[in-house]
Amino acid sequence: MLKPEKITTTTCPYCGVGCTLQLHVKDDFIYRVTSPYESPVNHGNLCVKGRFGYDFIYHPQRITVPMVRRYLLDGTSDKVLGTRKDAPDIGNQSLIPNHLSPSSWDWVETDWETALDLTANKLVEIYRRDGSDAMAVYCCAKATNEDNYLLQKMYRAIFRTNNVDHCTRLCHAGSVVALQQAVGSSAMSNSAAEVIQNDVFIVTGSNTSENHPIIALQMKEAVRKHGAKLIVIDPRRIELVDFAELWLPLKPGTNVPVFSAMAHVIVKENLVNWDFVNRRTEGVEEFIASLDKFTPEYAESISGVPADLIRRAARLYATAQNAAIYWGMGISQLSHGTASALALIHLAFLTGHIGRPGTGLNPLRGQNNVQGASDMGAMPFHFPGYMRVDGPGNAEQWEKLWNIEPGGLSRKLGLTTTEILSHAHPGGIRALYIMGENPLMSEPNLNETRRHMEQLEFIVAQDLFITESAAFADVFLPATPFAEKDGTFTNTDRRIQRVRAAHPPRGLSRRDSDIISALALRLEARLARPSAKWDYAHPSEILREMASVNPDYAGVTYERLEKVGLIYPVPDETHPGTPDLFLETFPRGRGKFTPLDYVPSAELPDDEYPFILTTGRVLEHWHTGSMTRHSKLDELYPEALIEIHPADAEIHGIADGMPVKVSSRRGSVILRATVTEKTTVGVVFIPFHFHEAAANLLTNDALDPQAKIPEFKACAVQVFPAREHDLQNPAALMERGRY
Amino acid sequence: MPQLIIDDKEISADDGATILEAARQADIDIPTICWHPATSSNGLCRMCVVEVEGMRLLQPGCLVKAADGMRVQTKSERVIRARKTILEMLASSVDLSDFPEILALMDEYGASSARFPLAERREVEVKDDNPMFIRDYAKCVLCWRCVQVCAEDAQFTFAINFSGRGFETQIGTFFDRALPATSCVFCGQCVGVCPSGALKPKREFLLEQGVTPEQIAAMKTGLKSKVKSQRSSI
Repeated sequence: MLKPEKITTTTCPYCGVGCTLQLHVKDDFIYRVTSPYESPVNHGNLCVKGRFGYDFIYHPQRITVPMVRRYLLDGTSDKVLGTRKDAPDIGNQSLIPNHLSPSSWDWVETDWETALDLTANKLVEIYRRDGSDAMAVYCCAKATNEDNYLLQKMYRAIFRTNNVDHCTRLCHAGSVVALQQAVGSSAMSNSAAEVIQNDVFIVTGSNTSENHPIIALQMKEAVRKHGAKLIVIDPRRIELVDFAELWLPLKPGTNVPVFSAMAHVIVKENLVNWDFVNRRTEGVEEFIASLDKFTPEYAESISGVPADLIRRAARLYATAQNAAIYWGMGISQLSHGTASALALIHLAFLTGHIGRPGTGLNPLRGQNNVQGASDMGAMPFHFPGYMRVDGPGNAEQWEKLWNIEPGGLSRKLGLTTTEILSHAHPGGIRALYIMGENPLMSEPNLNETRRHMEQLEFIVAQDLFITESAAFADVFLPATPFAEKDGTFTNTDRRIQRVRAAHPPRGLSRRDSDIISALALRLEARLARPSAKWDYAHPSEILREMASVNPDYAGVTYERLEKVGLIYPVPDETHPGTPDLFLETFPRGRGKFTPLDYVPSAELPDDEYPFILTTGRVLEHWHTGSMTRHSKLDELYPEALIEIHPADAEIHGIADGMPVKVSSRRGSVILRATVTEKTTVGVVFIPFHFHEAAANLLTNDALDPQAKIPEFKACAVQVFPAREHDLQNPAALMERGRY
Repeated sequence: MPQLIIDDKEISADDGATILEAARQADIDIPTICWHPATSSNGLCRMCVVEVEGMRLLQPGCLVKAADGMRVQTKSERVIRARKTILEMLASSVDLSDFPEILALMDEYGASSARFPLAERREVEVKDDNPMFIRDYAKCVLCWRCVQVCAEDAQFTFAINFSGRGFETQIGTFFDRALPATSCVFCGQCVGVCPSGALKPKREFLLEQGVTPEQIAAMKTGLKSKVKSQRSSI
């Protein structure tokens, strides 16, 4: 029996639930993960990723030595400026090996001094030549608050640009914009643990069992042990349907008519909580007038959900004592994602199911630290603490903190994630710094993304692996995963928790914040700028610097986070934290109703492309797979599968396990089919983790006009049988009995 | 709040507290095997038995509620003999080498693993059917915790249950399927509550077998479960 040399308590690096992990370490190797049963977040429970999915840390393909392209060392470039034709195709398994004959585009291992000097030289060269608008950075929702704060600080303070964003744009931007507009705050209003206080709760656009498994456990407990009634509104028959009172199987992209029809029923059947509406909201008359057209029958004609089901769901939600709504990316990842989220928010306003414990509007955030990265200002419109870059007096506070001359910081709204790439051309973005993100798997319409990436002049990748995107980079800076650094993550219900190192960085790899500081000092020296301060003895000093201006974090110190963390807002050092928001009022004052129209998805099925494709994730994998596909988790779920309904499969001659070719107007992939009633007629589902059949080659890059979030959840595809040898890896098969 | 006497100590217990909880609150130690803070108590192992005045049989402390006027003995001769016998019976049939808490209790109670020399040991092969964890039921003390967390104590997945009867009782999957073919989601809640080393992360198991971390990182650890025949015929 093994005895751990030490047990490190830390926070899980996967989803936004933020489970407490105890890493059992021997010889700098984690061999077991447990969780304390007194953890307020997960009560000792974990999912497969949290308990077993940490072994990517030790994967032989992890890069632990800085690497640069040979042309940078030679100084004599034979690379054609602004093109990266040598980068491998997506789906190519061999992303690392060099060419057989030496080429200027080979990776060459080097030391940190060389890699950082070359990076600083090149970034400064481009900045001097093309100015702030040529610079852009992707922060990372997997990195710590401290890492993200420093990276956005480097780009804002040194390059004077707000072209700073991260994958929140691709996940909950629609929800964030809607919540900001309607209530003035974009986080979950209540804590996830409160689900057991709900009498009724709606789960929509979220496959919670696979994507927030521990919150799903609490939901199941609420139903099975506390008598709560669950309404699932989702195109897929997800596991939670087994626990649901009602399942409304709507077609992807028809949220607005379904939710608005529920509002219609609530108004028509006089189930409105007028006391709440009158005291706490504004714009209700105009809103109610806009509901006339949204009869349940009209919604049925668009969404396919029987009108009677819509009525029953509306009554159940409206007449509950305490009811809450939990939603995921099925609401936000649409070209009308903001409207979808607004339609949901209206239900809470009409019924008053907000501003009390056991109620609320709860967008389940995807990444472990997407809430934190957003709080840290890793966004193009906001400094840390959601202070608008163009807001009066905001930039001045950060200028003072960062030792910048008055007026030095940019007040111009920056470009969003997707816009950064679409602006990659001479005269636009020239240099891109990518910390941990993988746009060449996560952006919609990847063929287009690739063309944009090829247009960049200089790319820095700071990561663990040569991801599909890092294969395009000029410089690779090897960073450390969660288990090799200290810091904090902020989870989906705003709980700030400690991340603690279990063992030293492997090889020459360095902590992200150390890399950023070392690079920032070089940049400042070359630009002869007064220092914005980059020498920190410990990440806690970084957090304190940020908290000195960000009021939500003002009372947060590492000492106070030691045991169970703190739920922000924490306005001062004696404040206990704030699990429930909006008890008295909304941050914007009154909650704002917005009349809505039904706008169909940008691409609807037709005779040529008869299926609606919706994308998502599976339990065993995480996003673009840079972690989980380098883990034994990949053995549990080694291949992409397209879910197709038995009725559709029969018509199209598709059997279970058969290879199929799936095409949209933008690209095509080949993968096996799984014939299952988990999906509905006319709808197919592909998870986006697998580079062998990257779902985002198919997806549509149509954007929500306000939130700029792409429409991952609905596009038109055709599905035809393919042959076994068309598959990239036909041997990757695994029997699976789970839901 | 019920007032009771445990081992001559007057105690006010919380309403609804069990004898075990009341005793622990008063720093009186009652040993347990199957009890776990995150699972429902079943009184399976009987290690926590106590003698309650006026009750004929020894009572499981993890189930019986503390009541007003109760007089409880946690270390009477009868209690000690029962616990010792439980330990000796377990040691006679189960491999307890990975269960340091039980080995310590055996020392404490002077229990001998040779008490039942003719007893048959439960010897089964290690089940190694997935990349995440192994199941070595030769080490299983049948505490039921894994079954409970897989069911309504945590996961609501119901992938495992008891199989067999009497001495043949084991934890198993339905139709004895490999775990990947069951409803198992590999959350490992079962591994988390297993006290005896019967359930163990694959990596820990391999390290114990002398495989190095580097070798583990480079190898495939899952046994490929049977591929659906229909697929290979396409």
